[in-house]
Amino acid sequence: MNQPKPAQKVLFKGGSLLDLDTGKETPEDILIVDGRIAELGKVEIASFDGEVIDVSGAVVVPGLMDMHVHLREPGREDEETVETGCRAAMAGGFTAVCPMPNTEPPADKREVLDFLKERAAGQLVELFPIAAVSKGRKGEEIAEMGELVEAGAVAFSDDGDPVHNAAVMRRALEYASMFGRPVIDHCQELTLSAGGVMNEGFVSTNLGLPGMPAIAEEIMVARDLFLAKYTGGKLHIAHVSTAGAVELIRRARAEGVQVTCEVTPHHLTLTDEAVVGFDTNTKMNPPLRTAADVEALRAGLRDGTIQVIASDHAPHAIEEKEVECAAAPFGIIGLETSLGLVLRELVDGKVLSLAQALRAMTVGPRAALGLEQVKIAKGAMANLSFIDPRAEWVVDRSRLHSKCRNTPFHGWKLRGLVLALCNKGLFWCAGG
Amino acid sequence: MEFRRKHLLELQGMSREELTLILDTAETFREVLERPIPKVPTLRAVTVANVFFEPSTRTRLSFELAEKRLSADLVSFSAATSSVLKGETLKDTARNIEAMKVDMVVIRHSAAGAPHFLSRCLAASVINAGDGCHEHPTQGLLDMMTLRHKFGRLEGLKVAIVGDIEHSRVARSNLHGLRTMGAEVLLCGPSTLMPVEAERWGVAVTHDLDEAIAWADALNVLRIQRERQAAGLFPSLREYHARFGVTRRRLERAGKEVTILHPGPINRGVEIESDLADSEFSVILDQVTNGVAVRMAVLYLLAGAQGALQGS
Repeated sequence: MNQPKPAQKVLFKGGSLLDLDTGKETPEDILIVDGRIAELGKVEIASFDGEVIDVSGAVVVPGLMDMHVHLREPGREDEETVETGCRAAMAGGFTAVCPMPNTEPPADKREVLDFLKERAAGQLVELFPIAAVSKGRKGEEIAEMGELVEAGAVAFSDDGDPVHNAAVMRRALEYASMFGRPVIDHCQELTLSAGGVMNEGFVSTNLGLPGMPAIAEEIMVARDLFLAKYTGGKLHIAHVSTAGAVELIRRARAEGVQVTCEVTPHHLTLTDEAVVGFDTNTKMNPPLRTAADVEALRAGLRDGTIQVIASDHAPHAIEEKEVECAAAPFGIIGLETSLGLVLRELVDGKVLSLAQALRAMTVGPRAALGLEQVKIAKGAMANLSFIDPRAEWVVDRSRLHSKCRNTPFHGWKLRGLVLALCNKGLFWCAGG
Repeated sequence: MEFRRKHLLELQGMSREELTLILDTAETFREVLERPIPKVPTLRAVTVANVFFEPSTRTRLSFELAEKRLSADLVSFSAATSSVLKGETLKDTARNIEAMKVDMVVIRHSAAGAPHFLSRCLAASVINAGDGCHEHPTQGLLDMMTLRHKFGRLEGLKVAIVGDIEHSRVARSNLHGLRTMGAEVLLCGPSTLMPVEAERWGVAVTHDLDEAIAWADALNVLRIQRERQAAGLFPSLREYHARFGVTRRRLERAGKEVTILHPGPINRGVEIESDLADSEFSVILDQVTNGVAVRMAVLYLLAGAQGALQGS
């Protein structure tokens, strides 16, 4: 993969600005000088002495953000590093990612966040780290949230695990609200999901695999919504996967509870039927659910109950996944297939318009985290993704940029090519 | 009909013709077992590895005997004495066995899907000898063979499977095989040991053993594992026996003859009354004999499908 270059004087020619509110596309050339948008509109190139990048056919949107990724550094650099994760993010069209804190050591102290910032310096992709809710991610005492916010934490989560202790969750919501930061919970009632490797239902019954019932998620979502209502804290539900959870969140939002949530492309695409054949690349947590759940998730996106699409990019080494189902870790990689799945399944599938789909990957995550929105205007720092939404490509796991290969989408024909990105004074284009 | 499968992983999805071919072939091998010298040279030069990652006495003995009766070469491997204890993965174990030029692998594993996984890693044929709570296809076949012997047919037969359905690979193989062959299946057990949405298998479900006995021509009584009680899935062995234990008194109350199968080993006095297990109703020892014949048939047919029988 070619390296990003300084965006000293670059003209992106032939693209169309996509208005994410109206869906209107307006043809605009974009001139970037020293990382800022210097000109929007028709720019003649006859006497232009900078670099011209042809982005014909592309829509131009604020840089895509994936607010739920696992970069495995520090601790499991054999699976992913900040550098390889950023490469995968660029290939997937993202200019920003939020790494989860379940590293080794966990991101529960300033030093870990400082280390991550240092690793991400010089990358085009911006890291917005999520810090641990609790010290050591043990779920017992809340972490030093104030210091973590100072060090750059944009939210708190013990993701990978739920905050099982209700009192700790209450305190986390209360304390984080002082900094305006959300608490992100991986909602799972562990006594109900214990031992499960897939969704509990007819497919698990048939395969003889232990199941995780939908209510294990829904009970925890309900608890968190009660706590958010009581404390007035900001709650974000990670990777919602059941129809019941979507309905609970819909009702709570209508009551004014400060709650946002996200859904992954794989939960919008696959059902538990994909586990038939025992492919460990279909083992994820929360598990793939039923067709009715997929439909409810899609409806939740359509009506705005779900604001964010995030990949839950979870790299695992081949040898860890190439085992029997029970022994395999949960999770799949997603940074590079996320956009393609969304365009194929949701836009081609007429679930969302292109603008709605891309909103959930740009405006949605920034709003959920309370971050400033990216502006595409003259004088603004350029943070842009150039995407050809019509182009098709086929997933070849041997050509992905993540260090890991654990995807169930190998061989799938997806829609949408990333032509170029611009961020942090750098630009990158797929063509070289 | 020619048998075309490379592996025997599960009975789900097998056709009536395939199942009938295996059962008919098993009948001929059952005759072989009755001979003064119960051995044929059919699988000479075929090497079978028995790879048991879980303790098993009867299934393992039954496979070994079947292999010997067919004159196959066999190697046996059990996890307790293997490098698995040193952390070797299933895939590495299997590939090592294969590198020793094995034609067929019989695998017993505590994880559902382990044989499927192996079948994707190996060139050899894989026979599932029980994978977690998923399937135990040769057990299903030997149960069908035993019932066919007893009743002369499977079509229209009413079979109740009693006990811990949720964790039973025997129940799954039985219900798929029996339903394909035209039998009716009823599942009976406590609600905490009944998997969710079990009715979607196309079977009836009851929690009333007397009702099951009144309906059934045959009861396949499953073994109750004591650790399920420790996990809180039923209150006590005493209560289990009172509600779901098959007893002579219950059969007498039903006023009919019911054939009793059990995959073994039996918990006498828990799922079945001790003397009933040895009674005229029981076909448990026939199951054991038929187990060898069925496994001979499966090995023979898979070896043929592999081309291993050419020239033999």
